[in-house]
Amino acid sequence: MTVNPGLVGRSFPPTAPYLVGREKIREFSRAVFSTSPLSEDVAAARAAGYSDLVAPPTFAVVVQELTLHQLLSEPDAGIDFSRVVHGDQRFSFSRPIVAGDELTATLAVSSIKSLGGHSMVTAESVILAADGSHVVTAVSTLVVRGDE
Amino acid sequence: MNTVEIGQVVAESEFRLTRDSLVRYAGASGDFNPIHYRDDFARSVGLPGVLAHGMLTMGFAVQPVVEWLGDPGRVLDYQVRFTRPVPVDAEEGAAVTVVAKVGAVDAAGARIDLTVTFDGSTVLGKAQVRVRLD
Repeated sequence: MTVNPGLVGRSFPPTAPYLVGREKIREFSRAVFSTSPLSEDVAAARAAGYSDLVAPPTFAVVVQELTLHQLLSEPDAGIDFSRVVHGDQRFSFSRPIVAGDELTATLAVSSIKSLGGHSMVTAESVILAADGSHVVTAVSTLVVRGDE
Repeated sequence: MNTVEIGQVVAESEFRLTRDSLVRYAGASGDFNPIHYRDDFARSVGLPGVLAHGMLTMGFAVQPVVEWLGDPGRVLDYQVRFTRPVPVDAEEGAAVTVVAKVGAVDAAGARIDLTVTFDGSTVLGKAQVRVRLD
């Protein structure tokens, strides 16, 4: 099975809106050993100028994951999930995610490269707020190991 | 905020991961790949045993910087390369250290470079956090 080069430039539909909950932010914060009061205490977040709890930087992966699922389950993608290793990850923010955000994510495959029998698939997920403004772009490079 | 100089260490921390940490992260993130909680499954795909989620390592590695900044919203951009896995022993767990050092200073703020180490080797490459310092 090889990765379909025709995926480059293909657009995927935006994901259904993801409503960011306070308790989800608290749960995620604990899981990444956050000690920030802004991710735990609503009063502290408001005192810092936010409308509600502020998510840790990598929380965006929860929303990005919905788009990666679209990519991996695309029938003609040729990506065998059991051979996928996470290569690189990047988040570029216009603003942090806060509780109450309703986020949608749209994935595009920006490149597919071959390297030593492996395929490197770079996928960019643009995450927008309900009003259409940009919140964060998440870029992943997935390494799909070739057949031995 | 603070004025910073290139080379200055702004934060360092040690994180002790256990299997409980991995299960907690699986639930919080929705990443239920069994290589992160089942030794038998991990071995069946050629791994030495259960590994920490790369995104868990990325997630906690930035926290000393967030603590130093006082606000997760001051992180403008964060990138890593996953260069080496972190095996988490069922009994011993795994201790991962993070050192955050100023790599560059510009008008927008600074670039903080993270050195993330397990068992004497770095596990993340090009781990860089661009931050706002206003």
